[in-house]
Amino acid sequence: MDRQITSFIRALRSSDVRVSTGEALDAVRAVALVGYSDRTLLKDTLGCVLAKSPDEKVTFDELFDLYFSRKDTPLGSGESSDQNQEANSDTAAKDAPQDLVELMESGDETAITTAIEKAASAAEVDDIRFSTQMAYYAQQMVKQMGGESLQARLLDALSQHTDEGEAEAEHLIDMRRDLTRRARERAQRAFDVFGKGETRQFREDYAASKRLSALDRSDMERIKVLVAKIAKRLAVKHSRRRRKKSRGQLDVRRTMRANAGMDGVPFNVIWRQKKRERPKIVVVCDVSGSVAQYVRFLLLLLWSMKDVVPDLHAFAFSGRLYEVDEYLEDKPFEDAMAEIMRVAGLGSTSYGQAWSDLKVDHEQLIDRRTTLMVIGDGRSNYGDPRTDLFRDFASRAKRTIWLTPEGPGLWGTGDSEIPRYHPYCNQISHVATLKDLERAVDDVLSAYN
Amino acid sequence: MVKDLVSGYEPMTSIEAITAGLESVGYISTRPISTSVFLAHGLRKPILIEGPAGVGKTDLAASLSRWLDVPLLRLQCYEGLDEGKALYEWKYGKQLLYTQILKEKLNDVIGDAQTLEASLSELGTFEDLFFSEQFLEARPLLTAMRQSAGSVLLVDEIDKSDEEFEAFLLEVLSDYQVTVPEIGTIRANVPPIVILTSNNVRELGDALKRRCLHLHIGFPDHKREQRIVQARVEGISETLLDQMVGFVQSIRELDIKKRPSIAETVDWAKTLLLLHANTLDETFVRNTLNVLLKHESDIAAVTTDIPKLVRQAVSGQSASGRASPY
Repeated sequence: MDRQITSFIRALRSSDVRVSTGEALDAVRAVALVGYSDRTLLKDTLGCVLAKSPDEKVTFDELFDLYFSRKDTPLGSGESSDQNQEANSDTAAKDAPQDLVELMESGDETAITTAIEKAASAAEVDDIRFSTQMAYYAQQMVKQMGGESLQARLLDALSQHTDEGEAEAEHLIDMRRDLTRRARERAQRAFDVFGKGETRQFREDYAASKRLSALDRSDMERIKVLVAKIAKRLAVKHSRRRRKKSRGQLDVRRTMRANAGMDGVPFNVIWRQKKRERPKIVVVCDVSGSVAQYVRFLLLLLWSMKDVVPDLHAFAFSGRLYEVDEYLEDKPFEDAMAEIMRVAGLGSTSYGQAWSDLKVDHEQLIDRRTTLMVIGDGRSNYGDPRTDLFRDFASRAKRTIWLTPEGPGLWGTGDSEIPRYHPYCNQISHVATLKDLERAVDDVLSAYN
Repeated sequence: MVKDLVSGYEPMTSIEAITAGLESVGYISTRPISTSVFLAHGLRKPILIEGPAGVGKTDLAASLSRWLDVPLLRLQCYEGLDEGKALYEWKYGKQLLYTQILKEKLNDVIGDAQTLEASLSELGTFEDLFFSEQFLEARPLLTAMRQSAGSVLLVDEIDKSDEEFEAFLLEVLSDYQVTVPEIGTIRANVPPIVILTSNNVRELGDALKRRCLHLHIGFPDHKREQRIVQARVEGISETLLDQMVGFVQSIRELDIKKRPSIAETVDWAKTLLLLHANTLDETFVRNTLNVLLKHESDIAAVTTDIPKLVRQAVSGQSASGRASPY
């Protein structure tokens, strides 16, 4: 019986529910306590041992219903029901030819289901990964059940060129179709349980490493889910406050207070602690055509992390600089982006203008705990880049990070002013994919630890 | 193996027994709750309970201890909670006081020792005196380990503690023993039933989650909420009960900041009873809404809908009254 649990756990793992070996052991022990007889009880039991967060609970419920859908034949039961399965599958291949036609004709549902389960475990259908493999596995199952002999009989019947032969052939064709359908259904179920998670994972990995500028509309939904995931991952990582003890620096005031009850004899020594600063990010976005797509994802990512970075200010510019916090806070993200593009997207790009606007209106935002993030290609239409103002900001801020969608080879070509800003930045990163963005934001937040 | 696991807490023989037992002390359980308690006992695992405030997370621990007649030890977590507050501490003050008082005696003891070394070794033989049980201040975790007949250990709001404390707690909960270097290892005779609660202030570590059974308690359905109020508030009429629970249930579906939980429903039931209300009507609701809702904006949002909601609750009463058997 434990095989069913391990196989179910494998299904859970493939769908992003992290189940440790310890939890797997717990599950087996828990099931030993409550037994298999009551389905709801089994679900409650496994649910509280295996799924440890609301997200995982949802996945768990889905998979449980799929996996234990027909109680008498859960997936993989063919495997566990016969002890000498290997010997059986050998003989099955030999016995089946005679059996198959009879079996199908008998119409005995239980026997057919058992045969299909047997074939499924022999064909290792549960190893299915992608939906495209379904046809292959279905075919393998039919083969295991003796499909070749059916085919032979079919050809035989056809070659007789008699009415009887025709009729039998038709009958056999129907039978084969029915068989294939059943096999496909079984493969579909296996895919739903074991393959779907992996397929999604594969697609997400692919999307995460695809160039952001190359993403099209069809990818947007997936990317949004992905960004939410990244945001959560970063939030978990950075919301844990670590207090730093600076050894060797005595906190005299607190030590005296803590030891007042002991006649002032310092039994309890209290060391000074460094306070961890809360991140404060000012992000300045160039929203001219070439960079807009990147800005969209950066803002989406940053806004998904509002809990961790409550002190977040966003500005957008191409000509003049506009504060865009309001739009992002009030409206759904897509609408806000459209609004931002409408307000700030016009005019020819001028970095110098943006810096002087920032200086005049929002200089007080930049202080020693601020990280100034700039996202843009640094192409300023040969205008004055106002590096003097930028240097001023950089010296006031904690860190200055520049993200550019252009590779280092292009820096300094044409109207690119990146080399002139470079000396004042702590870091200039080339961001091309979602992964790069994640790394950049992770970097910024890590500086506050 | 299973036989060895089930030790202590005799009444916990089956899931049904747990449900019935909890009900006998006024806690209306659900099947998932009883199942996880049963498993916690069977597998010797802590239960981690998550869910909104006021749905009976803490109360489960209290009810368990009442039903099983074992002490409830409560450890309230907060930022900065450390070993000294959770496990044990030496009573420095008392130690200091005793050394002062016993100074003369000490002179007698080491009086005949000639050299410094000799007196030190003489003194060494008495060292353990000051690090004995007598000077040990036991905190909840240690106390729980020392209960001979078992106990219920409630670690409340674990999400408010620091990460380091979480790691420390894991160590204690993995083998139910505590080592005090000066005294030795104290091992729980009957491992306590451990209940951890979390309001999701921060995401808990994977290691902790992995070692616990996970239980989510959400808002109750109409039927269960009725039974809870009935168990908690004596003398409430069936009609009022049904109507007010219906009202609360429909409020929960609105878009408000803080949805009322069971605790608020019970308070409201008591309030209505105090006002001698027999059925729900608009004025009563309007005057007592502040018991149910804790935000000014929520009250304002609901007030406009009161006539509609009350009508719904009163008319819905007959339908659901037929559905529920009491």
